[in-house]
Amino acid sequence: MKLMLLAIWQYRHFILTSIRNDLRTRFARSRLGAIWMILQPLAQGAIYALVLARVLGSKLPGTTNRYAYVIYLLAGLAAWSLFAEVITRCLTIFVDNASLLKKMMFPRICLPLIVSGSCLLNNLFLLLATIGIFIVIGNEPGWMWLWLPVLIGITLVFALALGLILGVLNVFVRDVAQVMTVVMQLWFWLTPIVYVVNILPGTFATVLRLNPMYAITSSYQQVLLWGNPPHIKSLSVIFLASVVMLGLAMGLFRKASPDMVDVL
Amino acid sequence: MSTAVLKIHDLGKAFREYDMEWQRMLSWFGARQKPANEAWVLRHVSFQLFAGECVGIVGQNGAGKSTLLKLVTGTLRPSEGSVRASGRIAAILELGMGFNPDLTGRDNARYTAGLMGLSPQQIDSIMPAVEEFAEIGEYFDQPLRTYSSGMQMRVAFSVVTAIRPEILIIDEALSVGDAYFAHKSMARIREFRAQGTTLLFVSHDPGAIQSLCDRAILLERGRMLMDGTPNAVMDYYNALIAEKENASVEVRQLQSGLAQTISGTREAVVESIGLFNGAGEPVEFVNVGEPVELRVSARAYGDIPRLVFGYMIKDRLGQPVFGTNTHHTRQALEQLRDGQTVEFRISFPMNLGPGSYSVSTALCSTDTHLIDNYEWRDLALLFTVANQDRDFFVGTAWVPPLIEIRRGQ
Repeated sequence: MKLMLLAIWQYRHFILTSIRNDLRTRFARSRLGAIWMILQPLAQGAIYALVLARVLGSKLPGTTNRYAYVIYLLAGLAAWSLFAEVITRCLTIFVDNASLLKKMMFPRICLPLIVSGSCLLNNLFLLLATIGIFIVIGNEPGWMWLWLPVLIGITLVFALALGLILGVLNVFVRDVAQVMTVVMQLWFWLTPIVYVVNILPGTFATVLRLNPMYAITSSYQQVLLWGNPPHIKSLSVIFLASVVMLGLAMGLFRKASPDMVDVL
Repeated sequence: MSTAVLKIHDLGKAFREYDMEWQRMLSWFGARQKPANEAWVLRHVSFQLFAGECVGIVGQNGAGKSTLLKLVTGTLRPSEGSVRASGRIAAILELGMGFNPDLTGRDNARYTAGLMGLSPQQIDSIMPAVEEFAEIGEYFDQPLRTYSSGMQMRVAFSVVTAIRPEILIIDEALSVGDAYFAHKSMARIREFRAQGTTLLFVSHDPGAIQSLCDRAILLERGRMLMDGTPNAVMDYYNALIAEKENASVEVRQLQSGLAQTISGTREAVVESIGLFNGAGEPVEFVNVGEPVELRVSARAYGDIPRLVFGYMIKDRLGQPVFGTNTHHTRQALEQLRDGQTVEFRISFPMNLGPGSYSVSTALCSTDTHLIDNYEWRDLALLFTVANQDRDFFVGTAWVPPLIEIRRGQ
């Protein structure tokens, strides 16, 4: 553990440079460049807002704000996009970096850190854009927004733990990544992001509460839309479970690493 | 002798395959699982390297050379035994180094330097030297996707060797790229060695092994066959290959990946072919200018009124380098009986440049194989010419020069 932290410290500049390179290469050959980072999630939000708020006329119960649904939606998407990006990138983290792993000797722990950093940065841009929209449509920033860093941290740890376990497995059984694209779609719809949990029948809503992403997205929604504190109790449980899971992921990673380069 | 900087003890590497991947996963946690297939690509390899020593690894394809280097570098983990190294290891394993095609050469160089664990200050201080050594001009600030493979190699080598490592590992990377850079990098490697860097070096170029290394290690099917002076090891290697050649031609064809074309009526057939050195020993590696003898024995299957034997040496691109036949040398044979054998011995000095060459043979009745083609055999023999003791030169011919220089006032 101490050795690992030491390696991270020694490679800190490399990690930072890699995060920067990551962003730069993603938009290296597009004209609008980094603007896409904000445009893409915004377009997604706009589509849902258009389809569901206008066409379906779904309004949030118990609010007079005509933009309430848009805020609700963007809050949920902010949480989900961080979760989904970390998971999908961790899933292929070792497979994508196969040539690097085969040719260079460096602390492997750098890879998930680079992914986390670049996902966090992406999410930050998205949050800034979201907040910009909130201000435009008259959703004043509140003190509860200070919960955001905590929520982001919990989401990241949870996604990283799950993503790393799946990423290690995916090296050996490549079907994992295929299955996960389907699972992530399903998971998205099993989380109240574009709909409100009240519209579900009672039994279904109870089952939904077992979904950790439900507690996370609804905390985002509570904080950003309603100005309420998040579900501290369920978040603490998720956080503790995620830390344990992260420990397991690191253990699995350590056990699997000797075999990993063999099959890459 | 100084202390060992690299100790390799009973090193082994097995690639294991399981029927089900969960069996592999169970094996991580101590559960004994029987793999469906266990391939030991390297086993029982032990040796030590001392500071400033240069050791070449020799062996045929699949002998485990690259695996050994990867184990020493640390990208592969040993299945048994241990590798203990003291000091910084720099490795050039194959080409590319995991470069990013969308970043510029400069950014990739910085990235690789970061991967090597250098601090930003160190990276800043080496960059001018890297740029200067690579000598790719303004390409250095162009995206890597516009680079040729030789240019990528230049950047890779320049970065990896920007700071003198204690141990330098090179896996045939130097064979890529142009002769100019190959020599430039060789000069740097020699300089490092003089300063005490230990070199571990895989090459198919016996010239490089013999001129650079103090020691050579011969690997054969994952086992260490020999650890000795470069000359002794190369001789043994030559003999090993010759033995294999006589035993079976089929194996060779598979290994080189080349398809041999044999055509003709087969009324006369080449039964054996070999290249021999002055001492009459079969060789595959030949020094520039070394006197050699090509021995070909043929047998007639049927009565043949007139037999002409021809041979052609081709370079690795298949371009003819030299060819003639016994019609032109007025040595055609008349009236061969069924079952009669003939041996042709062709002596010549190997006045060819370094590189690999093939020999094609023809048995026919006139000066062209278009009439009465008994047998035409491509790639009948492969050999490599290495420049072991001459001054450096390029080209496929060895035209020994005498350079006279007269300086004016």
